[in-house]
Amino acid sequence: MIPGTGPDRRMVLGLMAGATTSGLVGCAPDDGRTVLRFWAMGSEGTNVLQIIPEFERRHPDIRVNVQAVPWTAAHSKLLTAYAGDSLPDVSQVGNTWVSEMAAIGALSPLPAGAADLLTDQFPAVLETNRIDGRPMATPWYVDTRLLFYRRDLLERAGVGFPTTWTEWKAAMHAVKRVAGTGNYSILLPVNEFEQLLTFGLQGDEPLLADNATRGNFASPSFVAALAFYRSLFTEGLAPVASSTQISNVWTEFERGYFSFYFSGPWSIGDFRERLKPTTRWMTGGVPGPSGPGASAPGGSSLAVFASSPHQDAAWKLVRYLSDPAVQATFNGITGNLPARESAWATPRVAGDPYIAAFKGQLSRARAVPKAPEWERVVTEMQIVAERMVRGEFTPETAGAEINRRADRLLEKRRWMLDRGRAA
Amino acid sequence: MSAWLTRKQERAGWAFVAPSLIAIGVFFCIPVIAALLLSLTDFDIYALADLGNLRFVGVQNYERLLTNPLFWGAMKNTGLFALLGVPLSIAVSLGAALILNARVVRWRPIWRVMFFAPYVTTLVATAVLWNYLLHTKYGVINWALSGIGLPAVDWLGQPATSIPAILMFVIWKIFGYNMLIFLAVLQTVPDDLHEAARIDGAGAWTRFRIVTLPAIAPTLLLVSIISVAGFFQLFAEPYVMTQGGPAQSTVTVLYFMYEEGFKWWNLGSASAVAFILFVCIFAVTLVQMAVARRLGADT
Repeated sequence: MIPGTGPDRRMVLGLMAGATTSGLVGCAPDDGRTVLRFWAMGSEGTNVLQIIPEFERRHPDIRVNVQAVPWTAAHSKLLTAYAGDSLPDVSQVGNTWVSEMAAIGALSPLPAGAADLLTDQFPAVLETNRIDGRPMATPWYVDTRLLFYRRDLLERAGVGFPTTWTEWKAAMHAVKRVAGTGNYSILLPVNEFEQLLTFGLQGDEPLLADNATRGNFASPSFVAALAFYRSLFTEGLAPVASSTQISNVWTEFERGYFSFYFSGPWSIGDFRERLKPTTRWMTGGVPGPSGPGASAPGGSSLAVFASSPHQDAAWKLVRYLSDPAVQATFNGITGNLPARESAWATPRVAGDPYIAAFKGQLSRARAVPKAPEWERVVTEMQIVAERMVRGEFTPETAGAEINRRADRLLEKRRWMLDRGRAA
Repeated sequence: MSAWLTRKQERAGWAFVAPSLIAIGVFFCIPVIAALLLSLTDFDIYALADLGNLRFVGVQNYERLLTNPLFWGAMKNTGLFALLGVPLSIAVSLGAALILNARVVRWRPIWRVMFFAPYVTTLVATAVLWNYLLHTKYGVINWALSGIGLPAVDWLGQPATSIPAILMFVIWKIFGYNMLIFLAVLQTVPDDLHEAARIDGAGAWTRFRIVTLPAIAPTLLLVSIISVAGFFQLFAEPYVMTQGGPAQSTVTVLYFMYEEGFKWWNLGSASAVAFILFVCIFAVTLVQMAVARRLGADT
């Protein structure tokens, strides 16, 4: 042992202790204000700071501490925080996570006084946030997927924008004829579940049966969706490719490799910036089996956690962020589509031709089943669908196989429901 | 009298080893047993909310893993990483050690530090850096390739090149550590043996084969066992660089375990993955020991 290690170590420990104490003091200035911890993800995390000062001005007794969380880590971070009892007071959550967070009892349901926050909203988005009849989170911004299409190529093929599956397929065949050899009509990456899920949601049958405890993928309407999906590949309208094989969606779109592309509002900016002005494109609602069809509502909600000691202040923040005027401002900053329908009337939103189709698509949106296992179920659905495209299954056997896998994933949920342990 | 003394000595002996026994028990044995028990349950997000939702499921987690294609994909990727990475990293380490050990090299401490530096730098920071080096358009690696007339490679964007790309990074990162071990043992090889071999007319390669290699064989075995264990536990590199993509081509067993455990919160199933990984590493190590014994290495 080197002489003198002892005092040094003590000194270091002392310094560390001092640093920790001063660090804690730094986090919570004792000015009597309530400090709300608010987690926000991705671009919202960086941009929400611009609208928070106004909230703090309106509520001088509350200070908001925004923590930006990357999207890729957000879901596991929330669950880890729940396990470690360190959830924030308020957080942005993907609205497909609500059922899961509600199942573990992490969420604080909307208080009676905040019921007005649920007005002026898109019904399908609201439905996603409602668990067992109770609203558990408040929609913040919305999105959904629809079709981005090459208007110039459709015109050259002499077809209008389709509204039914039959018209759509005829249009795709016409487009393929004018697009040139080696080109297709639509891109359906075989590793993405969203496209097939959209076709499935358009059917009459729900995707999960018996209170979302069993797969219902062998129903006639889902088998029809599977058959339609497969036919797009077998008829040469879509390449059998995964999204990683398409390095640049916009260059391929510009080249005419495909003329229909499934995506959400986040692609508008990319397409506007990267496509040449001579490439004319537009957005349109997804065709359904008979007339304009549904798609899955997406976006983020605001959740207040049951563990928060500052419930009142937390709901004040949610109320502020849900205000249509604030949402319109936030749309100006981020481009997110506001959850409150009245915020869509502002000139910036209303005047954008590419956004117009989203309003119609959102009003036709249909909520996905609210089982916490849903994400895993659709992941398995797509694994089977890819194999069907590659010839391993027929639509009928694929439906049965997806059911088998879904039932296995939902086994615990059935057990819990049987014993009255879950809703 | 002597029996009393022996007992007293025995007690003293136990007292001396007690601290480490307690530490091993608390920080190793108990967690391992707990993980084994956990792997026999269906601990999931529901159980996290209420322990009453925990069920004992026997070996069901293991059965399901063995029928899960993604798990086998992860096993295959991990095997590929180990199969390519272990010999390559040992070759690079040994090569660097031999060069540094050669009498002709000057400023050896500087070279040693330079070769060892990657090992002690932060993994995440260097991984981010390598992401830039491997970038398809702006990366210096593709710039060098196109400089000699080869086409640019989408290193981290294609399933076929993602494993080699990550391997380059991993080997660069870890070779310094094994190099130090080799360097230490190379310095124990007696010079007179080399001299005698040279006088007998042995060339550089023959001298390496009949003098150096037998002398470092036990170390070679040790290094290969450590490397196999290391490559089987590859996680942070794919996590930072590719997130398991493209097309699950860089999902390793540990990455798969992380996703099971912290993405889907199936801690029971994740524990089962951990135990399968343990059995695999153990089996490979046994094979390595057996091979070494057959080859007559002094273990």
